[in-house]
Amino acid sequence: MDKFHSLKGIAAPLPIVNIDTDMIIPKQFLKTIKRTGLGVSLFYEMRYDNDGNLIKDFVLNTSPYDQSKILVAGDNFGCGSSREHAPWSLKDFGIRSVISTSFADIFYNNCFQNGILPIVVSPENLDQLMTAAKNQIEFTIDLPEQVIKAGNHLIKFEIEEFRKERLLQGLDDIGITLGYKDKINAYEEDKKNKKPWLFKNN
Amino acid sequence: MSNQGPKTLFDKIWSEHLVGQREDGTNLLYIDRHLVHEVTSPQAFEGLKISNRPVHRPEATIAVADHNVPTINRQNIEDPQSKIQVETLAKNTKEHGIQYFDLMDQRQGIVHIIGPEQGITQPGMTIVCGDSHTSTHGAFGALAFGIGTSEVEHVLATQTIVQNPAKNMRISVNGELPFGVNSKDLILYIIGKIGTAGGTGHVIEYAGSSIMGLSMEGRMTICNMSIEAGARAGLISPDQTTFNYIKGRPYAPGTEHWDQAVEYWSSLPSDNDANYDHEIVIDSSEIDPMVTWGTSPEDVVSVKGTVPNPSSAKTENKKKSIERSLEYMGLKPGTKITDIKLDKIFIGSCTNGRIEDLRKVASIVKDKKIASHVQAMIVPGSGLVKKQAEEEGIDKILKDAGFEWREAGCSMCLGMNPDQLKPGERCASTSNRNFEGRQGRGGRTHLMSPELAAASAITGNISDIRDFT
Ligand code: SF4
Repeated sequence: MDKFHSLKGIAAPLPIVNIDTDMIIPKQFLKTIKRTGLGVSLFYEMRYDNDGNLIKDFVLNTSPYDQSKILVAGDNFGCGSSREHAPWSLKDFGIRSVISTSFADIFYNNCFQNGILPIVVSPENLDQLMTAAKNQIEFTIDLPEQVIKAGNHLIKFEIEEFRKERLLQGLDDIGITLGYKDKINAYEEDKKNKKPWLFKNN
Repeated sequence: MSNQGPKTLFDKIWSEHLVGQREDGTNLLYIDRHLVHEVTSPQAFEGLKISNRPVHRPEATIAVADHNVPTINRQNIEDPQSKIQVETLAKNTKEHGIQYFDLMDQRQGIVHIIGPEQGITQPGMTIVCGDSHTSTHGAFGALAFGIGTSEVEHVLATQTIVQNPAKNMRISVNGELPFGVNSKDLILYIIGKIGTAGGTGHVIEYAGSSIMGLSMEGRMTICNMSIEAGARAGLISPDQTTFNYIKGRPYAPGTEHWDQAVEYWSSLPSDNDANYDHEIVIDSSEIDPMVTWGTSPEDVVSVKGTVPNPSSAKTENKKKSIERSLEYMGLKPGTKITDIKLDKIFIGSCTNGRIEDLRKVASIVKDKKIASHVQAMIVPGSGLVKKQAEEEGIDKILKDAGFEWREAGCSMCLGMNPDQLKPGERCASTSNRNFEGRQGRGGRTHLMSPELAAASAITGNISDIRDFT
């Protein structure tokens, strides 16, 4: 997995609440059997009109935001479907961090599987960052220090230690768990005796 | 979480499935059953291949194609991409020795319909699927939640998942349900009350006499939409209704283990004095048949109500969000809900595509005709639901009334197959999401119960089942 250490750049403001994963990447793009190539379809219905032309005033279609690596969005970002195509499309576009007041659980988790850092900030801080993003002020996100800098704002954020480590080192989660294979096998042996019906399959 | 003291249903399932702690402090949770569908699995199988990893326990996984499949002419999937996705699932499952219900198998259907139908879903299990509506299976007292594709790969390779415990929330609904009010109205009401982020970080246990009085189908409708309240999962304590439903199904415990299983299942309900991080109590007499007016499942209102006015919003953000929804929905503040004219009716999905739902619709539309300006479609949740309905003559009643009778699948719930709304079309839908573009670009979705959708099909407007004779 890609590592994440720190990030510098212009952040795109998207002041909409409850941005769901259908909005991030609509169904017609879920037919792929690959993880890559979804960036052009990110926010498809907000970004393109019915004929497939770019909608000029949508933020990610305007310079310098079309190069954004950071997104500042309204409450409850990533709600709805579990599709990992949502973080895949964000990443493929170039977005490596999303800042909001809250994230839906599955989306939040999916981000970390893909080297994307979702950051939860207070509503007051979100307002400040939204304004900074609109004013095209450069953001710096420092994961080791757990801090966002934007102009004269300096905002600390929380992240669980194991998630931080995984991002910093780009660890392979399955590889780690397979290191516990003996424990998994022992668990199964124990349950085969105690709950045998769970191990009978027709 | 301590091992002593009173425990919730969630606590019990959690501790029973804890394999251990990894060095990074995370918990490894054992997964009893893994359901797989065509849309969220190809990249997981590809990942296994790249790392040359086998599937740890293939017999714990069951696969089916549902999201992409046509509901007419299924021998031939016209969309080449959909076709590749379905074929890829067939190939991957074969390669790894995973059971797959193919499109011609009568057991094929929406993954959350067939799990319970086959008896795969059982109390006390942990169940995951690369699909957020996995919460449906919580109706059986199983801890069931949706996961992303990377986690699908993790479960295939290790039969475990990395998780930290959720918080416990209990929503109790008490009292007899008023006439015309059913499980769909209940869950829409709850989502309206707590909001789409109300359950974030929590597992919601539904309790109280209104909930325990529901059939398994009704309980599944409730748990299904837990994700629309932001919860990780929904749970209902298993009881005799649950056991009766499971008994005799193909994957249910056989006679040799039945008593032992029931004894274990009976130990699962939350202890009386268990502690919840959050409690909500609702009196069911306050609930009306509910309908959504906007583009989030929390945008609910009584069918007797009106479209809200943005100026009544408490915050500037809320006001903007209502304005945005109304513009998308093409609705004016103050419009009576029952004055909203419809173009399409969709009955189906993992929320309301079960036999009980189809029976209700049939009883309402029997000997009537749908309004001439609407197109109505009914998509059974599984091949077996379809078969059962045909045996009961339900298909005939529906077809006579003017409904299109389709093959099983997700269909217009998300419109990945050709069943879609056109821009501006307005649909009464028994599904679970009314997001912008969900049922087709520019499509306008009003979520409601099968009863309301059936009545609305006849009148052509959103209708209150209580006025309907
Ligand atoms: S019916 Fe709809 S919500 Fe249910 S699994 Fe299919 S697409 Fe998802």
